[in-house]
Amino acid sequence: MTVRERLREKISAAFYRHGLLCASYPVPIILFTSASILACCYPLLRLPLPGTGPVEFTTRVRDYTVPSHEPQGDLGERPDWYRGPPVAYIQQVLVKAAVSPWDSTLVPVDVFRSPLGRVFSLLEEIRNHVHNDGSGVRSLEALCLQVTDLLPGLRRMQTVLPEHGCLLVSPGNYWQNQRELFDSDPDLLKTVHQHEPKGLHTTATLRDLLFGVPVKHTGVSLYSRKRVVTYTITMVLGSYDARFLSSLRARLRQLHPSVNCSLREDQMVHVHFKEEIGMAELIPLVTTYIILFAYIYFSTRKIDMVKSKWGLALAAVVTVLSSLLMSVGLCTLFGLTPTLNGGEIFPYLVVVIGLENVLVLTKSVVSTPVDLEVKLRIAQGLSNESWSIMKNMATELCIILIGYFTLVPAIQEFCLFAVVGLVSDFFLQMFFFTTVLSIDIRRMELADLNRRLPAEAGMPLPKPGPLRPREAPPPPRPSPHTITLQTPAFRNLRLPKRLRVVYFLARTRLAQRFIMVGTVIWIGILAYTDPAGLRTYLAAQVSEQSPLGEGGAGGLPPHLGVAPGFPGPGGDPASTLSVLPAPAEPTPLPENQSQGHHGAPRDVPLQTQAPPLVPQISWGAEDEEGWRKLSFRHWPSLFSYYNITLAKRYISILPVIPVTLHLSPREAIETRHPQDTRHPPPPSLKTNDLPADLTLYKVAALGLAAGVLLVLLLFCLYRVLCSRNYGQNGVAHGRRRRGDLPCDDYGYSPPISEISPLLLRGHSMDIECLASDGMLLASCCLAGQIRVWDAQTGDCLTIIPKHGLRRSSSSGCWEQRDGWDAMGVAEPENLGGGTEPGGGVFDEDEGYPLRRRTTPRPALFENQPDLTPLIDTNFDSQPPSHLLLTPPRDGFDFGGLVERAYLEHEPPSPGLTASYPSSSPLSGPPPQRRRSLGYIQPPVPQGQGTPDWESAVWAMELRGNLIAAGRSSGKLELWDAVEGSLRCSNEDGVSGITALAFLNNRIVAARLDGSLDFFTVDINKPLGLLQYRGPPGRSNMPPSPCYSSEDVISCQLTRSVQCAHQKPITVLRAAAGRVVTGSQDHTVRVYRLEDSCCLFTLQGHSGGITAIYIDQTMVLASGGQDGAICLWDVLTGSRVSHVYGHRGDVTSLVCTTSCVISSGLDDLICIWDRSTGIKLYSIQQEVGCGASLGVISESLLVTGGQGCVSFWDLNFGDLLQTVYLGQSSDGQGVRQLVVLNNAAIVCDFGSELSLVYVPSVLEKLD
Amino acid sequence: MPRLEEHCWSRSCASRVESKHFSGGNWVASRAEEMMSIVTTVLSNAYGSLHSVRTANLIRRGLVLFTVGVVLALVLNLLQLQRNVTLFPEEVMATLFSSAWWIPPCCGTAAAVVGLLYPCIDSHLGEPHKFKREWASVMRCIAVFVGINHASAKLHFANNAQLSLTLAALSLGLWWTFDRSRSGFGLGIGTAFLATVITQLLVYNGIYQYTYPDFLYVRSWLPCIFFSGGVTVGNIGRQLAMVSPKGHNVLFQFRHNLDFGH
Repeated sequence: MTVRERLREKISAAFYRHGLLCASYPVPIILFTSASILACCYPLLRLPLPGTGPVEFTTRVRDYTVPSHEPQGDLGERPDWYRGPPVAYIQQVLVKAAVSPWDSTLVPVDVFRSPLGRVFSLLEEIRNHVHNDGSGVRSLEALCLQVTDLLPGLRRMQTVLPEHGCLLVSPGNYWQNQRELFDSDPDLLKTVHQHEPKGLHTTATLRDLLFGVPVKHTGVSLYSRKRVVTYTITMVLGSYDARFLSSLRARLRQLHPSVNCSLREDQMVHVHFKEEIGMAELIPLVTTYIILFAYIYFSTRKIDMVKSKWGLALAAVVTVLSSLLMSVGLCTLFGLTPTLNGGEIFPYLVVVIGLENVLVLTKSVVSTPVDLEVKLRIAQGLSNESWSIMKNMATELCIILIGYFTLVPAIQEFCLFAVVGLVSDFFLQMFFFTTVLSIDIRRMELADLNRRLPAEAGMPLPKPGPLRPREAPPPPRPSPHTITLQTPAFRNLRLPKRLRVVYFLARTRLAQRFIMVGTVIWIGILAYTDPAGLRTYLAAQVSEQSPLGEGGAGGLPPHLGVAPGFPGPGGDPASTLSVLPAPAEPTPLPENQSQGHHGAPRDVPLQTQAPPLVPQISWGAEDEEGWRKLSFRHWPSLFSYYNITLAKRYISILPVIPVTLHLSPREAIETRHPQDTRHPPPPSLKTNDLPADLTLYKVAALGLAAGVLLVLLLFCLYRVLCSRNYGQNGVAHGRRRRGDLPCDDYGYSPPISEISPLLLRGHSMDIECLASDGMLLASCCLAGQIRVWDAQTGDCLTIIPKHGLRRSSSSGCWEQRDGWDAMGVAEPENLGGGTEPGGGVFDEDEGYPLRRRTTPRPALFENQPDLTPLIDTNFDSQPPSHLLLTPPRDGFDFGGLVERAYLEHEPPSPGLTASYPSSSPLSGPPPQRRRSLGYIQPPVPQGQGTPDWESAVWAMELRGNLIAAGRSSGKLELWDAVEGSLRCSNEDGVSGITALAFLNNRIVAARLDGSLDFFTVDINKPLGLLQYRGPPGRSNMPPSPCYSSEDVISCQLTRSVQCAHQKPITVLRAAAGRVVTGSQDHTVRVYRLEDSCCLFTLQGHSGGITAIYIDQTMVLASGGQDGAICLWDVLTGSRVSHVYGHRGDVTSLVCTTSCVISSGLDDLICIWDRSTGIKLYSIQQEVGCGASLGVISESLLVTGGQGCVSFWDLNFGDLLQTVYLGQSSDGQGVRQLVVLNNAAIVCDFGSELSLVYVPSVLEKLD
Repeated sequence: MPRLEEHCWSRSCASRVESKHFSGGNWVASRAEEMMSIVTTVLSNAYGSLHSVRTANLIRRGLVLFTVGVVLALVLNLLQLQRNVTLFPEEVMATLFSSAWWIPPCCGTAAAVVGLLYPCIDSHLGEPHKFKREWASVMRCIAVFVGINHASAKLHFANNAQLSLTLAALSLGLWWTFDRSRSGFGLGIGTAFLATVITQLLVYNGIYQYTYPDFLYVRSWLPCIFFSGGVTVGNIGRQLAMVSPKGHNVLFQFRHNLDFGH
């Protein structure tokens, strides 16, 4: 044993133990895992939340120096971005101008025309300001930020924004800073508005940029109530010169003194901008996320055969995500700060870690044997995959370690995260996911149990299956058809694509949700970018509490005693500040109060009056940092016009210079443009409110109209999409109750004509065998009576035995029933007797095959269900209730017991009772007769032509007009179907015939002991003279020869394969010159029909074979007790595909040219693609449905259910119709179903046969 | 081919067209597109209506691959744009999608050709690709490919050699993780070689340029990207080829049989 193998074993054992542990204590383990996840994620709380908003830092103006590039450790609260010089210094001159006193002769335009006009002189003043001290002459030209061209895309702004020079913006830019243009401009507002972008804008507009204050604060409006115009002149300085700035400040203050100004001037704010995510960066990011989601989708889609697919998929995703979080958390804990963009590398991390292990685990656990305990299943599944999991993990770790040695910091960091993530993912897989899986598997088993129980309860005697006795003849069913629908919950519909899309939209309310999400996002964008609204408010709220916030002074109690006005002009700001103590508190009062304090007292009474005649210019705390009210993209967008990015850089905003302008009415009138007076006179206060309201109404009306339009549009869309009026079906079927409509979940009912089954009555007991060759239909009941029907009309043509023998057969029937009863009683005794352990052992004493009876079921025909699984053929684990009993030699007398049972079931027919002793050849006194159990006949040699009424017919086939019947005594009889006469019989075998195949002139019989006999039917007439009758059957290529009654027919055993299988043969099928047998010994054998030569032994199932399908195209499908379906190539004997589809036995298999249809004990019908073996879809049937299947055409599937047959559309899996065979659906299941070639189906229904025509299919076939 | 060259020249004169690494295969691509269309016609003529299903299938696969190529080209182009790996005139920067209109189709065509070539070669060699044939794996492959591009565009490496070596290792890892077939390796190498030569030609003719060329005119990691791109597209193509040949046509044969009472 190599080291590798030892290692492998050890790992496997460890995983096994671990699986046991996980499955045993699911709840504590999940709690533990959750706790560890939370603990590992705890360090994440300390990480800053990602965001793109700017960050601020405030320093004092007085001792400001340009920060150095080197980080300095001692500056604790200094952020790390505050290094090096800023991109620019922003110096704003805040101008508040008003025409005072306000004159009633003034027109509205006068509010802003002359104040705006003053900007030009101010600009000139600023531009020409020169500060001269000992060190040299400084002007604005030297200090300001020189800009070059605008970006190419901004040509239309070329006239407005400065190029090739100082970046100095003011409202004057609208008029190219030329007074003449301004004076000759007839409509100022129009000029301002024409540069505004249309529609919704999220970035700063040109108006914001030029005015420097938010639009509604400018007062440039015809309806301004305050009549104060506010704007800024923004200087962008490349370098900082305190002396120049202070002299400029002093100069402006001197020219335009602001008497009541109390703005603080000692703080400069540094604003740092994060990297902006633009469209170009967003698209690759979104793409990677889309790929990630596709990956997760395709991975989790493979989770199958579990209770809750979604739950497990969620658990898988949670596993991966929380392992990532854990890895980040752990890395943070150990001092590594993530520098990578988390959002960017996240998809790659997920992809690297992957969901594969999780899926492999699920698959491995699911594929363990179902009958094991959950704990053991988990443990086995884990240990099966342990080696590959460990190997994969080691490989991945190696690869990542290699990546670590690339020595690229980013890759190293990525690898570090990936390694920790992988390890934590492994931990989570082992603890979290395995436990979740165990819980899921347990739930599934519980559900299975619940589902299985009623199905078994429906059969009082599960083991005898079709041979169970009937207590009473079924009640007559006068009008035996109703059309009802199955419970919709069990249906798995596949609708046309168009409908599915619409239904999907309707079901998920996708449109509404989409609109809702869109609205939320839109509101979010608005709130995020809205400069004046929520954001400022929030910022104010936050800054009130934060000591860092420079607006924090607003929250402090106002020091009204401090002199509000700064000392006069000319003072050096440094000296000014030294005079005033540092926190020169501004007046945080609202406007009115500050006015009351500083302003003229005469204003106070006027406040109550409606229109204030004198516009008040007041300075408040909100003016200190007017730029805060702007969009946070204000500065980045201004700089971006000149291709200067502010991402990851900062700008410094200097304290504003306040300028107050009072203009006289005369000046206002003088600067008036001739067209200004065309504007209406100032409306009164009441009408002042109106425009705003009007806008509101307009918006409301427009919104309403848009809504109505949308509704109409959607309605039209609906009409286009759903052009068919489904409601009309309800009208058409108006006579039915709504509940009876075979409509699906969405109210769609397919147009259906009523199908009425034709009931063929006559049998007195349950129908056992059913055979048809298209024209004729032969059935055999438990009583041994064979009836031949016309498949077209449903007339009974022949009864075998004929009426003369009726009595004896009837008596035989009762005798047989008694036998079953006796056997049920005798069961414990046989158990105690401890007969032979396995099948295939012969009792030498008797010289009689004492095999366990494995197939107490009828012969099988093509297109006919195999009922073995229903009967539970696993006899090895069952009490030997079906032993072919030899009469108990110890002389135990069943008489009393049997007699009682017999009397209970005896019909009150004295004649029958009187006659039975004579009818049975073996019958002596009743107890002995009963002990013979009906079919345990000593092989009494009977002459040719003497029918054997006492043994039951186990298998029957019909070809031409010959019925081949295989009896429990091993006798093969050939009957004439029309005349009802026995043509020949063969008694070469002694073991009961369990299955028959009749092809051309050969009959193959499978016997109970596993042997296979080939018979040849010889007619003493040349074959050429045989008449051929009728259209060729669907399943048999050569048409059946019609044997005329004159021919002498002999049936000879040509070859007997004694040990065809080790265990009883369960299925026998013949087609295309091949005979295929399936057995309990897990193998399928293929024989050639002509020379009975065994061609292949096909191995691949891990359970007994329960169903076989073979057709003319040589495609062979087999299903076994292991739930597997194998497709074989009959020519080569190779396995084409091998799929697991069912939990429990596969009960029936049918193929069409394109797909394979299987049904299983789990009440599931699966449709597989025949060429690829991929499951197309599955149909969940009702609990306890029959397992019989039939294919009428390529696309029409019929299944038998409890007292009904259902038609399915194979293309989409729709239930087309359910035809109820009787009135009461009392659990009388359809066990056999034969599709005739005239598109009719025949199924057994208790003691009746039901012939259902499918009319439209008939038309198509013709 | 001359026609296309001329077209490129005219474009380059008009608006200084840029290109992306993946689009390097455009000449081969469009030439092969013509060939493919010829082959398709020949096929459809030869096999007639019998094989129309197969042709339709081929065309469908080609369309899917084309779309994938177009989307990948757009996205990866954006990635390269961000880092100014490729330089273009300013007008192109302003209107990225309109001026470089011919790049995505070329990439798409190249993707279609490579993606169809992979399963074709597989079938010719008689060794169908069975390794990890599922969509989840394909998605993973695409993600890794995008990641390699991401790394090439965004990571700061000490020098170009280090970057190229890392990317080469990553590409080989991609092939080993998702492909592991000889034909895939060979075809990937072929794609990388051809595409690099074409890119060299493009840059030589001044259609666009790389910022720090260290391998003649282009970046030395370009072949690695081409290689991994070839493997990725081949992976998609193989998966498509595996999914497609299901015989769904038979299902519709008896479609009308369903309508009871009609």
